[in-house]
Amino acid sequence: MIPLGHYLILSGLLFAIGASGVFLRRNVLTLLMSVEIMLNAVNLAFVAFGRQLGEVDGQIITFFVMTVAAAEAAVGLALVIGLFRHRESLNPEAFTSLKW
Amino acid sequence: MGAIVETLTSPMLIGYLVVVSIVFVGLQLMAAVMVYAERKVAAFMQQRYGPYLVGPRGLLQPVADILKLFFKEELRPKAADAFLFSLAPIISVATAYLAFAPVPFGAPTDFFGLLPEKIPLMVADVDVGVLVIFAVASMGVYGIVLAGWASNSKYSLLGGLRSSAQMISYELAYGMALATVVMLAGSMSLREIVDQQQGYWFGFIPKWYIFPQLLGFFVFACAGVAETNRAPFDFPEAEQELVAGYHTEYSSMRFAMFFMAEYINMVTVSAVATNLFLGGWHGPFIPPEFGWIWFVIKLAALLFAYLWLRWTLPRFRYDQLMAFGWKVLLPLATLNLLLTAAGILYFGL
Amino acid sequence: MASEALLFYAFAAATVIGAIIVVAQRNPVYSLMSLVGSFFGLCGLYVLLEAPFLAVVQIIVYAGAIMVLFLFVVMVLNVPREDAAEWDRSHPLFRPMAMRVGAALALLLTVELGWALSRTPGLTAPIGEDRPAVSSMAELGRVLFTEYMFAFEVTSILIIAAMVGAVVLSRKRDD
Repeated sequence: MIPLGHYLILSGLLFAIGASGVFLRRNVLTLLMSVEIMLNAVNLAFVAFGRQLGEVDGQIITFFVMTVAAAEAAVGLALVIGLFRHRESLNPEAFTSLKW
Repeated sequence: MGAIVETLTSPMLIGYLVVVSIVFVGLQLMAAVMVYAERKVAAFMQQRYGPYLVGPRGLLQPVADILKLFFKEELRPKAADAFLFSLAPIISVATAYLAFAPVPFGAPTDFFGLLPEKIPLMVADVDVGVLVIFAVASMGVYGIVLAGWASNSKYSLLGGLRSSAQMISYELAYGMALATVVMLAGSMSLREIVDQQQGYWFGFIPKWYIFPQLLGFFVFACAGVAETNRAPFDFPEAEQELVAGYHTEYSSMRFAMFFMAEYINMVTVSAVATNLFLGGWHGPFIPPEFGWIWFVIKLAALLFAYLWLRWTLPRFRYDQLMAFGWKVLLPLATLNLLLTAAGILYFGL
Repeated sequence: MASEALLFYAFAAATVIGAIIVVAQRNPVYSLMSLVGSFFGLCGLYVLLEAPFLAVVQIIVYAGAIMVLFLFVVMVLNVPREDAAEWDRSHPLFRPMAMRVGAALALLLTVELGWALSRTPGLTAPIGEDRPAVSSMAELGRVLFTEYMFAFEVTSILIIAAMVGAVVLSRKRDD
């Protein structure tokens, strides 16, 4: 049987991998994918805690997180398409005209 | 060690393995039978003979086809992505087989007393069987889209994108038709849905869900035919339009895998429709242990309907196809859902 | 049971290795497929946590819909492989060393989390052994439509807004 701590460490590890993906990658699509990894890590933590407490709320919240992630991915990808049409590049450093 | 041997040779495990191998081998045999049946049915509908040279009445034609596919040369375009090019047919075929896992094909049986207790005649008796079928159907899109992309050819890419867009669009109506049946049955397990369809109204009308759900059956049938990329919804792989769509660049065994995946998907969609709408293995005059005979009969009828559709109806153009999926089928499916919900609330169906 | 621990480690390995490949791989289609593999690992973990509905919904929504959307965008835009030489080295925050330090800090955070968890009591018992799991869908549906009704309706409005937004944002400008 798996203790709760194992699930939490796994969730933290996934979150860190997603975060490092956001730092390291210079491609907006991979950036969005790393954000999805982070959201999944959070989902795992919610479900693990839900199971620990014997409540169904963990799964419900995860359900909502998945829905919001789907909506966010749709709009994010539409923005990426618009950006690509404008600058022909998927490198986030190509869109720095608002920086100091 | 003794415990391992004991569990490995326990009758229940052997029973489960027998069921799994029946499903596996049965699906492959069905694919071979469909190859032959398609050509014969097409021939008779077009007033010609079809294959009749190989074996008596051409019955060994599928064997000849498979041998031919074995010995063809395996080609791969030089600029194609090797890993994804090989992965795509594997995904297609794997999801095709996997989709049949939660589908029961007979009443729970103990093989005439060989087993200590009854086992259901399905590979995986999960509580969320209907959702698993839906999930595997949405994974099947990957095989097609990767095939289109990895071939690095314009016909393949266009065919792959169009085909996957079509499959995704019709998945919505498919899912809504499934949801309606789940509402009526009160369970997502296919075995329980079939069990709810036992018995008769007024003594002679069987309690199959097709009778209260005629619209749902129509929606499911259209969506199922579109999901499997079969005519009249087969624009993405029509010979006159896109050479062969996403499997243009494939030959020999990889093509055979796509070919087999398409037929197995047809069998799965027909099997699911049989279980959800036509009462599964229930039928008159046959004792429940042999219910699978009725299942096979109903399955064969639906597969014949598939072939009938292909060789009778003209093909939808792609924009007509998408318009039909989004603007006709989806509203119909939603309407069906609402009407069914109202019926359950007010008439206690 | 030992088989459950084995399954947990197998699924966890699949998830973590998939995530690492997503971050490390240059080819966008490969990282996409690796993310799909990672989602399958998560699906297995949800089944181990006795949430079968959520496991299947994970495949339907994440692996089957969102990832297909990503794949479509990759194909339509014909995304090239990332070239390391394109990195803009002029800004101090974008020096590769700085980014690597940032990533290392993220992993250090995980190590700290593990250390803190090892000091927390009550986390070594098998998960939820004193309470039964709620995995029936009837219960899930009941709670979703009574206690979380407002969030459910707002989410449906959110999805419509996202749909309309996606269509409008990706339209070609015919000025």
